[in-house]
Amino acid sequence: MHFEYFIEGGNFAEAGSTSSQVKKTLKQLNVDGTVIKRTVVALYEAEVNIVAHAYSGKITVELDEEKIDIKIVDEGPGIPDIKRAMEIGYSTASPEVREMGFGAGMGLSNMKNNSDKLNITSTVGKGTEVEIINYFHL
Amino acid sequence: MKVQEVVKLINGTVMTGNKNPEVTVDVAFASDLMSDVLTIKAENLLLLTGLVNIQAIRTAEMSDISCIVFARNKNVTEEMIRLAEENGITVIESPYSLFRISGILFIAGMAPVY
Repeated sequence: MHFEYFIEGGNFAEAGSTSSQVKKTLKQLNVDGTVIKRTVVALYEAEVNIVAHAYSGKITVELDEEKIDIKIVDEGPGIPDIKRAMEIGYSTASPEVREMGFGAGMGLSNMKNNSDKLNITSTVGKGTEVEIINYFHL
Repeated sequence: MKVQEVVKLINGTVMTGNKNPEVTVDVAFASDLMSDVLTIKAENLLLLTGLVNIQAIRTAEMSDISCIVFARNKNVTEEMIRLAEENGITVIESPYSLFRISGILFIAGMAPVY
């Protein structure tokens, strides 16, 4: 199964609506509750990141019998130093993002802790690609 | 602890229509930082917060949190209530501070996450 969603940068009111739709779909498919929670927590952090940092983004969800594979591709400023961005507490978020309850430098580590596989690649001035893979049975 | 009991202890008002008196919460976590809330794996979690915006409801939705208390009578918006009801989340407003709510519930036997 294949789903695509488009995310608008800066649209704080809508941040999380895609993660919500994905959660509803996974529930309907009777995916294990722990896998659903891990997946949507990682996805929600990624979605907030697009809204917070990028101009626009596309989320593609691929489901097969063994795994869920999510690709989050944005057009944005990119991440100059991914290793540093992964550090807990490191953040470049705006005050607006902090008012939402995010921007404390926990997002990427939250994504890592809730993914079986997490790949992040980024080009400064172009954008960032994140892939989250979670298996239904490990 | 039953949600109904929590409401009584903190002088709360249930804002959502889904008033299921049998819903129970075992552990509580107080935070205005949603990224921190998203790290919690505990089930039947009660979220206490002063952050009144739509992302608090979204965070509860993603984390399977069934009940949120908003401290200091900050008014929740209709949009927040609608989203909470859609996801079976009970929203409670309390006039007390986050510190006082935490203290009351801790004394009453509510377990902390850490």
